[in-house]
Formats: sequence, structure tokens, C-alpha cells
Amino acid sequence: MRILLLAFLAMWVLGLSPPPARAAGQAAGIDLPAALAQLPGADFDQKADLIGRLAAAHPPGSRALLAALLDERVVVRDSDKKVFIVNEDPAGYALIDPLTGRPAGTASTDDVDQVTINNHLRTVLRTVLAQLDLDSGDPAARLAAVQQLLHSIDEQTARLLRQRLAVEHDAAVKRLIREGLAMADLDDSVPAARRLAAIRELSGSLNPDVYNRLAALADPTADTDAGVRRAAAAAVRRIDSWKRFYGGVETLFFGLSLGSVLVLCAIGLAITFGVMGVINMAHGELMMLGAYTAYVMQQLLPGRPGLSIVLALPAAFLVAGGAGILIERGIVRFLYGRPLETLLATFGVSLILQQAARDVFTANNVPVDSPTWMSGLWQINGALAITWNRVVIVIFTLAVFLALQLVLKRTRLGLEVRAVAQNRAMARALGVRGEWVDALTFGLGSGIAGLAGVALSQLTNVGPNLGQSYIVDSFMVVVFGGVGNLWGTLIGGMTLGILNKILEPYAGAVLGKILVLVAVILFIQRRPRGLFPQKGRAAEA
Amino acid sequence: MDATLRPVARTAPDHGSARFVLVLGVLALAVFLLNWAVPASSSLHLSTYTVALLGKYMCYAMLALAVDLVWGYCGILSLGHAAFFTLGGYAMGMYLMREIGPRGVYGNPLLPDFMVFLNWKALPWYWYGFDHFAFAMLMVLLVPGALALVFGWLAFRSRVTGVYLSIITQALTYALMLAFFRNDMGFGGNNGFTDFKDILGFDLAQDATRRGLFLLTAVALGGSYLLCRRIVRSRAGRVIQAVRDAESRARFIGYRVESYKLWVFVFSALLAGFAGSLYVPQVGIINPSEFQPVNSIEVVIWVAVGGRGTLYGAVVGAILVNYAKTWFTGALPELWLYALGALFVLVTLFLPRGIVGAAALLRRRPKVPA
Repeated sequence: MRILLLAFLAMWVLGLSPPPARAAGQAAGIDLPAALAQLPGADFDQKADLIGRLAAAHPPGSRALLAALLDERVVVRDSDKKVFIVNEDPAGYALIDPLTGRPAGTASTDDVDQVTINNHLRTVLRTVLAQLDLDSGDPAARLAAVQQLLHSIDEQTARLLRQRLAVEHDAAVKRLIREGLAMADLDDSVPAARRLAAIRELSGSLNPDVYNRLAALADPTADTDAGVRRAAAAAVRRIDSWKRFYGGVETLFFGLSLGSVLVLCAIGLAITFGVMGVINMAHGELMMLGAYTAYVMQQLLPGRPGLSIVLALPAAFLVAGGAGILIERGIVRFLYGRPLETLLATFGVSLILQQAARDVFTANNVPVDSPTWMSGLWQINGALAITWNRVVIVIFTLAVFLALQLVLKRTRLGLEVRAVAQNRAMARALGVRGEWVDALTFGLGSGIAGLAGVALSQLTNVGPNLGQSYIVDSFMVVVFGGVGNLWGTLIGGMTLGILNKILEPYAGAVLGKILVLVAVILFIQRRPRGLFPQKGRAAEA
Repeated sequence: MDATLRPVARTAPDHGSARFVLVLGVLALAVFLLNWAVPASSSLHLSTYTVALLGKYMCYAMLALAVDLVWGYCGILSLGHAAFFTLGGYAMGMYLMREIGPRGVYGNPLLPDFMVFLNWKALPWYWYGFDHFAFAMLMVLLVPGALALVFGWLAFRSRVTGVYLSIITQALTYALMLAFFRNDMGFGGNNGFTDFKDILGFDLAQDATRRGLFLLTAVALGGSYLLCRRIVRSRAGRVIQAVRDAESRARFIGYRVESYKLWVFVFSALLAGFAGSLYVPQVGIINPSEFQPVNSIEVVIWVAVGGRGTLYGAVVGAILVNYAKTWFTGALPELWLYALGALFVLVTLFLPRGIVGAAALLRRRPKVPA
């Protein structure tokens, strides 16, 4: 009801008040039925004129029509020369009456003619739509509109933006408009003082359009005022240094996200190694199991990637954790005190699991879709954009880390695990069931491998060799961080991740990785048991 | 290494070594004759393919000897020994590439084909000298030896032991694999070296050359065995085994544990590199996939299957497992990884002393009153 009232109010205002000032200099307005009547016969110039008048008058329904025109979704019915907006339909076209916005039956592609547009009209339409959207209630739409207008700024759009700036209250939109107006002031025809002020205004901007414009002004061969040129060059330098800064921030973030993946892969390994002194070579394959669990979950819930990935987390934890407990009960427990034999036996398990994955899921990689909230970019500013899936994985890793810390520090199981890690014989003498703790620890470490697998399924395709590609790096994290403390894994993983990403631009991905490996080998010269070595008697075992 | 290399009991004859060398000699000669003297029409004839295959197994057996020496006798589980083997192979491969000379596809007398293909203008400095066989053989030993020396010195000095050492040896071979996959390293990228023509003027495609290489490998295997045997029976060998059984105690008694470990590690790397140099001309190709961590771990399982700490067990294990691998990959390729995986699990669980140990146990059993 309120919406209807508002719409009525808007119509009343538009109808009675003279066309808004922004329409000055343009042709007189036109109402929608008249425009629709003229559209079928119009050539490109007449269409441009119609579009301008329609935008000036801005009758209800015109925005939808103009947007549809830009998308080439406007047709003329051959039989009665009536104009419709259409939606693609398997059977043909679903017609919508532009006057009422209601469905108006269907038509086959033969019954209608498309209203064609050319590149010039496309530009006109975009600008006109942006002008209309400037008054939109949604700040995001206004922001997009301003951005659109900035691509082709001239006297008229500048006036439009200035009017908007006076009433605008959204900070981001305001900033962008100021930027746009300053851009307009860079023009040769503007007095030097105003141009210099505009350059000052723009020297903090990261908009690539601004940068290109300033770089053109700073060009020593360009025919510009010397003062303006110097100021522009200084602004370009300033922007460059900001860009470098944000580049550094980006590298740091890439490093953190790679580090999170490494931490996620290594943390389960570190737990089993810390408590039982056992290296589980099948850890990578347990991650693979987790990743395939995510894949299977997605097959069971087609079209629901968000739900399936959330459900895959507990499922992968149970699958991988169960497999881990089976490995512990079936093999590892017979080999306690012989860590090197455990390493070999679990390697055998990893070969079997790999081949099993090949037999069940074929040797080909399979994709796991990302839910919408994990895809796309987070555009922080003109120089810094971060993909959402990496943000989610960093957060997920920290959550897993915290949860694990809580389990180890605040639960009975955690207490027993730490007791066994410190002194197995003494813990058993005090009544801790060592075997039970071992099995659960192995299960916990393996379950986390499963969670890591789900996370990896969002970054790469899932295949039988998934575990292999991360396992050596995970070992490096464990060796580097030490197993006395989970913080070692966190700091170790993050350090290696960041180091990798810092080296990458200089040395290339492969050489960077080699350098990191060599650095780790050299590092354990100083600290043979990693950053956080295990203390107490267990350390000498 | 003054008096320490002398045998502990000089009077005790080494019957085991004599038996091993005798068996090896008879078998090698038999293979040689079955290929050379028996006409191809006879059912007893061994094809040259089989001879080359057996030669390959013997190279693996030498590598297994090297691993048994460090793992079985010194307790260092190296998961990167295939790296030394492959480096030796690459050194030999560089010689074989230079031997091709102008007979390559591009006919460049100086540059190997892959360099011409990658638009290299000059031979990199580290390829100089590889046209001389003697220099190449020196490098076959020097490169793996130097790597083992540096790596071992760093690792043992700071007392990196046990699982940590295993992991960083694995990282070593992994890093080498990544490096050798790079085209700009100048080692042929992921294709490595292949299409060898001849060695010291002998055509590698000729059966006679194949037989010669086979006999040479048999002699090398026998010689390596005797040398290893001599080392483990010497006073130094006893210390090495003491390090394996109780490292701290050996240190407290006054032995320089790090030096003993380092020398055994370097010797083992030399042996592995030498084995690699014999491997390449018989197989006809060397590429970075030989550096894969999996390969090194497979060597360990050969030793474990045969029985570690026995030397001849390592040889038996290497040949048996590789024969099984050849058979499986021909008949049931999809089952090979299951079999290998099961081998890892079952041997560590049920045959901790390997086939050799189990056989010895069976031999001794009748003496035990039931």
C-alpha cells in the first residue's frame, strides 16, 4: 500500500513540476505511450533522441524499458507494431507489456522483430541509465551509476554529479563523485588553479581511470602547463607508492591464505606426531578422502552447493577420522616405539588409498562447486581485491585452530592427550588409558585432515593425487614449527606461506618453493626440533 | 680411517661373502651365455630385453645396498636416496648426450637437441668436460658425494635424527625434482635425457654392448657387496652398528657419532650415484620423475622385504620386488599399487626382519624342542 502511495506521489511530483534541471539542454520530455508508438519506425538517430527525451521525462516504467533496450530484449510484434520487453523462454519469447510491467502472453521468434541498437546507442543508454540510477534509493546502485558516468565525463554529467553531491549522504558515493568532478576539472579548458586543486584531490585515488588520466598529464611530451605537469607527476608517484603498499598487503594476504592451507594440512599431522611420535604418511590421503566426501555430498544434494559444503564438514571429519582410527587400530598400534616402521606402513596405506580412489572415482579430477558466498571478489579499493574463498579459508583455519586449542586445553580428553604426550609411562601409571587416548588422538588428527580436504576442494579440483601435492609442504611445516605446541604449527605454516608468496615474484613459483625447502633445512640446523620443541622426557625418546 | 677399517676378526673367513659372490657370478654368467651362446630359436634363449631388465634390477640392487648400509646398519632412514642415484644417472646422461654429437635431430655438434629446441646459444659452463668419459665418471661420484657431504654435515652436526631426518631427506629429493623439472636448469626439463647413441664408441643398440654392460653391472654389484661387507665387518662398522642401537651411549663412550654417520652416509651416496650411472645406459632414459619421493621410499621397501642389516637381503629384496613390479605392470597394472601398499604394511607388521630373517628363523626352528 505504501509503495503504491509513494509511486503515486512520485508521479504527481513528476507530472506537475517542470522537468528537473538536469534535463535542461536536452529535448523536451515524452511520455511512455508516445515513445512506444514512435520506437518501431525510428532510425538510430531518432532512437537516440527518444532515449534522451524518455530519460528527461522519466515516466514510470521507462527505466525497465531502457535497461531492456540495452540488453537487446525489446521487440516489436509484427502483427500490430506493439512494443514488448521479452524474456528468453525455451518455447520462444515471454512478452511483457512495458506500460504495465505485466506478462502479455508469448510469441515465437518469427512473430516479432528485435529493436536493434548500435555502439553509440549503447553508450547513450548506459549514461542515461546511470543518470536515472543516481536517484536510486540503493547506495550500491548509485555507486555503480557514478562509476558508469565517470567513464565518459563531460559538462552535462559533471553538473548532474554536482547536484547529486549536494544531497548525497553515502560516504563512498560522495567520495566517488568528488573524484569524478575532480577528473572533469583536469580538462585543458579549466583554469590552472582549479586543475591543481583537482590533482591534489585525486592524488590519493586508486581508480585506474584516474591513474591513466594523471599519467597522461604527467607525460613530459604532453602539451600541458608545467606546474600542472609537475603536480600530476607527483600525484602519480604518490599513487604508485600506495599501489606498492597495497601490493604488499595483497602478497601478505596471499601468503596468509596459503599459510592457512598449510596449517590446516599440517595441524592434524602435528597432533599425531606430537602425542605418539608417529608420522602418518597417509595423512595426505585422508585429506583426499575429505575432499571426495565434499564431492559425494555435492552429488547427493545437486544444486545446493552451500548446504552440501556445510554438511560435508562433519561428514568429512567422520569419514577421515574413522579411517584414521581404523589405521591406528589395525596397523599403527602394533608398531609403537618404531616410528620409522610406522612411517613405512602408513605409506603403504597411502598407496592403497590412492589406488582405491582411482578405482572408485577414476583417475580424472572432479570439480567441487563453490557456494555463491564463497565465490567472487571482495573489491576493497581500486588496487586491492581479494577472492572470497581465500577469506573464508583463512577464517575457517583460525576457527579449526581455536576449536582444537579448546579441545586440548579445556576437555578431559585434551588433558589426557597432553599427559600422554609429556610422559606416556607416567600417564598410564596415573590411570590414563594410553591406548584409548592414542586411538582418539589419531582419529582427531585424521578428522582434521578430512576438514582440510573439504577446504582444499574449494581451491583446486579433487583427484587421487590431491594429498601428494600438499604432503611434503605439510611435513615442512611440522618440522619447522615443532610439535611441542600447536602455535608452532600455526606460526610455522603462516611463515612458510608468506615466505613462499614473497619469494614467488622474484624467483618464480618453483624456485621459490625450492628456496623455502632449503631455508627450512638450514633453519633446523639452529633448532633441530623446530620453533616450539617438545619438552620433557618425551623429547629424548 | 686408519686402523678402524681393518676387519675385527681377521682370522674368521667371510663365508657369506664368498657364497654371495659365487652365486652372483654363476647366475650372471648363465644369463650371459643364455643370451650369447644359445641360438634365438631355442626355448632356453634369453632375449636381450630380459638381459637389460636384469641389468636394471642389479642397478637397483646396488641402490638397495646403499640404503641398507645407512638404514640397516646405521639406523638412518633416508627417504631421499634415489636423489643420489638419479644425480649419478644425470652425470652419466650428460656424457651420453655429448657423445651423440652431431647425430642429433638438429645436427648441432655442440648443443644437445633440447638446448637447440629451447634456443640456447652456448653450452652452459656446467656442461664443460662432460665429453670426456673419465670426467663424467668423476662427476658421477663427486656430485652425489658432495651433496651427501654437505647435507649430512649439516644434518648430523645438529643432531637431526629419526623421523625428522627422514622428512628432510624427502624434502631434499622433492626440491631436486622441482628443480630438474625446470627447463632453464639446462637438464632437459621434464623430458630429461634420452636417445643415447653410444658409450665409449660402443653402440648402445647392439646386443654385445648390452651384454657387456650387464656383465659390468654384475661385477660392480659383486664389488660393491664385498666393499660394504668389508665396511660392516670392520671396527668402524661395529661402531656404526653401535650408533644404530644406542646412539647416545656410543657418544658417551667417546666415539664421534657424527663423523661415523657422515662417512657412512657419503659412502652410501657414492654407491647410489655409481649405480645410477650404470642404470642410465641400460635403460636409455633419465628424467626428473626419478627424483620423486615415492621412488626413494620404494627403495626402502625393497630393503625391508629382503631383510635389512644383512646386505644380501637388500639385493634379494630389490630383485624380487622389481620382478614383481614388472610382472604386475604387465599382467595386472591396476593391482600393482595395492600389492605394493600391502607389501609395506605386511612386511613391517609381520616380517620385521624381511625374507632373509624369516628364512633364517625357519632354518633354526627344528633345533628348538617343541
